Amino acid sequence: MSAGDIAMRNMQDGLAVPTFDDPAWVDPVPLAEATVAIVTSAALHPAGRDEFTAGDTSYRVLDAAERNLVLGHWSPNFDRSGVKLDLNVVYPIDRLDELAADGTIGAVAPHHLSFAGNQPDDVATIRHDTGPAAAAALKAEGVDVAILTPV
Amino acid sequence: MCVLAHVLEAAGIATVVLASSRSVAERMAAPRVLYCEFPLGRPLGHPGDAEFQHDVLRRAFALLESDGPVLADHPEVIEGIEEGMSCQLPPRFDAEAPPAVDEARGIRKAWERAVEARGHTDVGRILDGADGVADALAMFDRIANGAHWKDDETIPGGNTIAVCHDIRTYYEEAALELSDGPPPAGRAMEAWFHEQTEAGKTVMAARAAIKDQEGPFPVWFYMAPAHR
Repeated sequence: MSAGDIAMRNMQDGLAVPTFDDPAWVDPVPLAEATVAIVTSAALHPAGRDEFTAGDTSYRVLDAAERNLVLGHWSPNFDRSGVKLDLNVVYPIDRLDELAADGTIGAVAPHHLSFAGNQPDDVATIRHDTGPAAAAALKAEGVDVAILTPV
Repeated sequence: MCVLAHVLEAAGIATVVLASSRSVAERMAAPRVLYCEFPLGRPLGHPGDAEFQHDVLRRAFALLESDGPVLADHPEVIEGIEEGMSCQLPPRFDAEAPPAVDEARGIRKAWERAVEARGHTDVGRILDGADGVADALAMFDRIANGAHWKDDETIPGGNTIAVCHDIRTYYEEAALELSDGPPPAGRAMEAWFHEQTEAGKTVMAARAAIKDQEGPFPVWFYMAPAHR
């Protein structure tokens, strides 16, 4: 592992994290019937608009057809070259399209969501406000399964 | 990500997390987790490798078959590397300009080609394109050479983090055009920027100067990755 990744993972090992008593559990529908959405913490936003501020706790709604996306994350502590070479390395939207085409998944959701990964340690706003709003938005579009990709 | 997994699950959406920290995922007990020891910033592993990305997704979606909470490990570890990528920089052209400014002007055409190829640029959090990057490097050069960071009123938006983001991004986008080698491994481009370019050295020198001038921690610390 590179020195930078070791430093970050060591930091995360010591991070206090919120706990969830009695966590919810969903029995999923069969994957071949599921509508799948991506939820990423890469702070992706459409080029030229909807930028993330530092410490932004809100989320962006990404149209499934949109590829002109900018990484709006404020942390300097991760590789940024991979996503410049291939958006799918953080946001596997073309892969989902392929899985829908071959019938592995039921459908690709019409919209996907992007949060910023650099957050206050208690993550309270996402837990109690923007997260539930995001979940309701996905649910309203018939999303059954979400794949969560971190940055 | 694990917080959102719990929140989404409570709303009736089944989740699978591709975790980048095993410790956090374990302690937060997200319902279904595939831990991937890949370079941070590359949760699907390899850019440009659809087959590998499908392998990650296949293993992730397989966790939906589990009857209860599950944390699995992707069997492959992808190492980032310490060495900077190989990427040629332009020779000195304008001896009057600070080296970093001269260099930034020298890679302008490469950056413009990269923007053309991608259809957009990630530069622009605070700086205006190539000219904005050159001006910001001139400003950091003055600070590195003794000007007080507070006296220099040209730190755009007073936001060193955004300025450094745009400078590094300008270089990384240009490097995609300048390099003819294989795609860089995780952090290889970061190492190239900070260790081989005049811009990277100038940013680090300005960062050290602001720290020495007792500038606030967030003003200088986040100008570069934490381990630097």
